Amino acid sequence: MTREPIIIVNNLVKKFGHFVANDHLTFEVFRGEIFGFLGANGAGKTTAIRILCGLSFPTSGEVNIAGYDIYRQRDLIKKNIGYMSQKFSLYEDLTVKENIHFYAGIYGIGITEIKKRTQQLLEELELKNVENKLIKELPLGWRQKLAFSVAIFHNPRIVFLDEPTGGVDPVTRRRFWELIYGAAEKGITIFVTTHYMDEAEYCHRVSIMDQGRIEALDKPDKLKTRYNAGNMDEVFLQIARKTKIG
Amino acid sequence: MKRFIGFVIKEFNHILRDYRTMIILFGIPVAQIIIFGYVVRNEIQDVKIAILDLSKDEVTQELTNKILSSNYFILYKNLENNNEIEEVFKTGKVNEVIIFEPGFSQNLEKEGTANIQLLADASDPNFANLVTNYTNGIINNYVSELNKNSASPFTILPNVRFYFNPELKSAYMFIPGTIALILMLVSAIMTSISIAREKELGTMEVLLVSPLKPLQIILGKVTPYVLLSFINALVILALGNLVFHIPVRGSMALFMIINLLYIVLALSLGILISTFSNSQQTAMFVSMFALMLPTMLLSGFIFPIENMPKVLQVLSNLMPARWFLAIIKNIMIKGTGLLYVWKETLILIGFIVFFIAVSTRKFKYRLE
Repeated sequence: MTREPIIIVNNLVKKFGHFVANDHLTFEVFRGEIFGFLGANGAGKTTAIRILCGLSFPTSGEVNIAGYDIYRQRDLIKKNIGYMSQKFSLYEDLTVKENIHFYAGIYGIGITEIKKRTQQLLEELELKNVENKLIKELPLGWRQKLAFSVAIFHNPRIVFLDEPTGGVDPVTRRRFWELIYGAAEKGITIFVTTHYMDEAEYCHRVSIMDQGRIEALDKPDKLKTRYNAGNMDEVFLQIARKTKIG
Repeated sequence: MKRFIGFVIKEFNHILRDYRTMIILFGIPVAQIIIFGYVVRNEIQDVKIAILDLSKDEVTQELTNKILSSNYFILYKNLENNNEIEEVFKTGKVNEVIIFEPGFSQNLEKEGTANIQLLADASDPNFANLVTNYTNGIINNYVSELNKNSASPFTILPNVRFYFNPELKSAYMFIPGTIALILMLVSAIMTSISIAREKELGTMEVLLVSPLKPLQIILGKVTPYVLLSFINALVILALGNLVFHIPVRGSMALFMIINLLYIVLALSLGILISTFSNSQQTAMFVSMFALMLPTMLLSGFIFPIENMPKVLQVLSNLMPARWFLAIIKNIMIKGTGLLYVWKETLILIGFIVFFIAVSTRKFKYRLE
């Protein structure tokens, strides 16, 4: 894998009044990588991901996404990223096909192209027989797969997944990660936040945030060795405990 | 029992901590009573009138003084001839014109009767009725005083005519009023709810991450409602025309343009509401209470503004519907053109600019 950085974050600070949500974050994510962004609730994950997606501006620091500057080239960034939130964000009163067409449309993909690739996608996901069903009639797992596919439909260079597996069962989560691997193989960089430590093991590298700071950043195996832990869960707990005491 | 009391305490805590519920619980009845109490009045004060005195003698002077000193009326203008009547009504500055026939006192002396004509602007039929009744009362008073000191009884015959709406049809009142109310409610509620729904479902975030510009998102949301509300206005208008025979006497094109303007205004208000409500419920709630009651009570739809106490008159200036209503009543009922309503039209445009400016500011602020 070529080590070409696609997300460069340097001394990113975000304050809300006196509260420091992101305290001098510095990290890089490489092309084609699956990067796990972990941390307890309130650690500052969501704030950071919102900044990386261009939903809010940092208080200070430099952020470069896919070669574009976050302050001056937001429009270019937006064309090159995909985003999926924990709410799955599909329109419940639209059909499967209508959702795909709508989201593909706002990324400026031509209608013939959309139609062709929609059929491909529906076959891949085995959703061909429900293409005209409303989203609200589909089970959660299907919606989740669809939401992810929609988020990468325009072939973004990076896709941001904000707790994409919330509320689904382990089997469905497993299948979902197969989709993520598929996307990574196509060269899409995956930036994913999660609560589930077993999912952290699936990532190429993970960072662990606590109280606004990145406390650890490495491959899961290396982290386990360093903290002398059997699994990521223990690593996570040790880091959380350490900062509590310190 | 203890358990029950615990439960009641918990319930009180819910209520007391939710200030919105408290506002409805106590604020609404208080506001309603006060507004209704002051707005719904059947007496009149300071109604502007014009007088066309074709006789200019002692009696007409005396009667004029009597009318003007009653506190009910203020003289806006002395007219010189018949041609000015229509003009003065169209400007909307005057509610009633009193005309004394030529040779008023001579007629009264020689024949014992004289004619006085009362013309009232009946685009608000109830108010016109009220005003002419008061004038009649003063005239009758004057006549009975005259008769006290004389052997042969005098009579002054008032001839009442209602301008614009001779049959005093109340539909002249409620068709424009309904257009104003429905457009405001439908447009503002629908947009605010639909934007709030995107926020609730999380789709708004996805839209904001996409290359769509915030302005495109908002325009995209609003465009269908402009169309639907416009059709709505046409339906009300057609019903008014076919069922109640309310014509549009002025320019149809101008009428349409003003309607569109008002719809855009209501929509921008809806957008503003949605910027500070995160759920559909709040959006609905704010739209209903912040828009419906004031629009109904203070816009002049149901109760004449001239008749309200000063404070409420000032408040009614803040109701976009008031200005819209003034314009469309002018166009529909009086048949006037832009020349007579340009001020109100500018005010509507001012509202739109204000609402859009505030909501884009709020929208940007949220992004920070």
